[in-house]
Amino acid sequence: MELCDLPAHLLADLIRLREVSAVDAVESALGRITAVDGRSGMLDPNGMDPEDERKVHAFITLTENAARQRAQEIDEQLDRGEQLGPLAGVPFTVKDIFCVRGTPSTAGSRILANFIAPYTATPVVRMLDAGGVMLGKVNLDEFTYGSSNESSAFQPSPRNPWNPAHVPGGSSGGSSAAVAAGEGQLSLGTDTAGSIRQPAAFCGVVGMKPTYGRVSRYGLIAFGSSLDCPGPVAREVTDAALMLKVIAGPDPHDSTAANIPVEDYLAELGKGVRGLRIGLSPDYFRITYQDAETGEFSQAPIGKDIQSTVLRAAGRLAELGADIVEDVPMPHTQYGVPTYFVISRVEAASNLHRYDGVKYGYRSPHAVADLNKMYRKSRGQGFGPQPKLRILMGMYVSAAQYSEQYYSRALRVRTLIREDFLQAFNPQGPYRLDALLTPTTPTTAFPMGNVYGDSVLMQYADQLTVPANHAGIPGISLPAGLDKDGLPIGIQLLGPDFSEVKLLRIGRAYEKVTSEDEWRKAQPGVLSDL
Amino acid sequence: MPNIITPDLFDHLVQLAALELEPDEADYLRRELNNQLKAIHELEAIPLEEDTPLASHGVPYTQQISPAMRTDEWIPYDNAEGILEETPEAEDGYILVPDIPHTDLE
Repeated sequence: MELCDLPAHLLADLIRLREVSAVDAVESALGRITAVDGRSGMLDPNGMDPEDERKVHAFITLTENAARQRAQEIDEQLDRGEQLGPLAGVPFTVKDIFCVRGTPSTAGSRILANFIAPYTATPVVRMLDAGGVMLGKVNLDEFTYGSSNESSAFQPSPRNPWNPAHVPGGSSGGSSAAVAAGEGQLSLGTDTAGSIRQPAAFCGVVGMKPTYGRVSRYGLIAFGSSLDCPGPVAREVTDAALMLKVIAGPDPHDSTAANIPVEDYLAELGKGVRGLRIGLSPDYFRITYQDAETGEFSQAPIGKDIQSTVLRAAGRLAELGADIVEDVPMPHTQYGVPTYFVISRVEAASNLHRYDGVKYGYRSPHAVADLNKMYRKSRGQGFGPQPKLRILMGMYVSAAQYSEQYYSRALRVRTLIREDFLQAFNPQGPYRLDALLTPTTPTTAFPMGNVYGDSVLMQYADQLTVPANHAGIPGISLPAGLDKDGLPIGIQLLGPDFSEVKLLRIGRAYEKVTSEDEWRKAQPGVLSDL
Repeated sequence: MPNIITPDLFDHLVQLAALELEPDEADYLRRELNNQLKAIHELEAIPLEEDTPLASHGVPYTQQISPAMRTDEWIPYDNAEGILEETPEAEDGYILVPDIPHTDLE
């Protein structure tokens, strides 16, 4: 095992004890990147060659010189006996939707391809202050709008380390692929409809969407301002807890960052699940989908592999003393995606109006007669199809004459989605759950090119994750097995507002009890040739 | 269900969105918009009580978890040049843009 394959918490301990150096840790990660990543995503890459199809392509910008220098400084500080933060020397990556001063901060879009951020996002500042060493910025769907990373303007887009013919999921696909392949122990992602949990499930890593407001959004390039949550992508639950403790907390730069103290997620991790009530809902074991020909909606059970993985997980948690509560009704789950189609588009359209070719980002080089024409040309050339689609839909459903029918209605359905959770978690109610256990995704990672372009089908990849974003509650995806093709299956735990400590605790108990399972010994395919 | 976004309505939205589109791209976007609206149509079937409130956020903002209001004071920013450097065209600290459509007053 190489240093880059160690979990973050063990690596941090070894560095603190001076058994390995921060420089060694960074060199190990950079070596892995050289071995598996291939060329970084770029605009207009002149086609793909067969070699590209075997690589991970997690990165847009690699900041290896800064990483080496930072690691050197950390070693020197440790030599002087200075007390450093909990991430001292741990290599991490940042989804390229966060501003980091002096680095390109592209959002995976041509319109921001030349944008060098003049300031750094709060969660990144906190990771750096804790001693973390940033390796670079990783790829994503353009402006986070997708579930496969194929929509990035920076190609080749990331591929799944378990099988590079498949997508890594999205939109934090670069983050999940990097962590799975050993290219940095941790990655900072964002989750607006499942964008941390879905790719974490697809890549066999741990991904947590904290409660809305638990982690500051300052410096995050906004998509859906009422839904966006920065959060950790990590290889183990302990690492996710370690990282969340660093990045969470109030922030004077973000008035939506909740003003409540951060709990000691690590201290509670070992407390087990005895007596906790964990629910299963039939509404999370079926999916609603739209027939491409007729437009009619049908329901189908989720795949057997995934279903049995979740039930097996429930069984293991029951053996550890958890009470499993079956048949918890979550009747509005199926409306999560259509509700999201409205709310997220309105918020996206509003947020994307700032890209005008005036203040920063892309301006069309073509001579134009006036400012309005410059706006149209710059936005037409700078945005890819997915942002354009979201802007147009947002304009339509929020227009004065339609907003009652669409936007207001969607906001009221959002209330119903949250009420499902409030009822399930109500300590005086019939279910009194500490957490709901569900599949993270309706399928495992799909092949590259299979879904991209069909914006409706792509959105339905999020139907088991998006209700938590509407409700604001926290969720975590944990690796739980492999399907018949050897692709990872993720299970999801959802809990009440600010119950991260309990979700991490359940996750850790599950991780421990399955530590000797056969599937845990499997490795991502890209690592098998090393 | 008929296509709600007609070519005329689509053109109107494109104007509002300040976009200039290639014809192929416009066809794709209009088709996808109509497909998404079919998915959204599902919302109309949900029975809503008259008093179901709107939720603009999942987690409610309560006094207990909201930060105190900041004092209204000017805080100097350390990297104003960094912001100005990002403008596509600037001169002497001013941002340059093409002619702003206007009407000359008599």
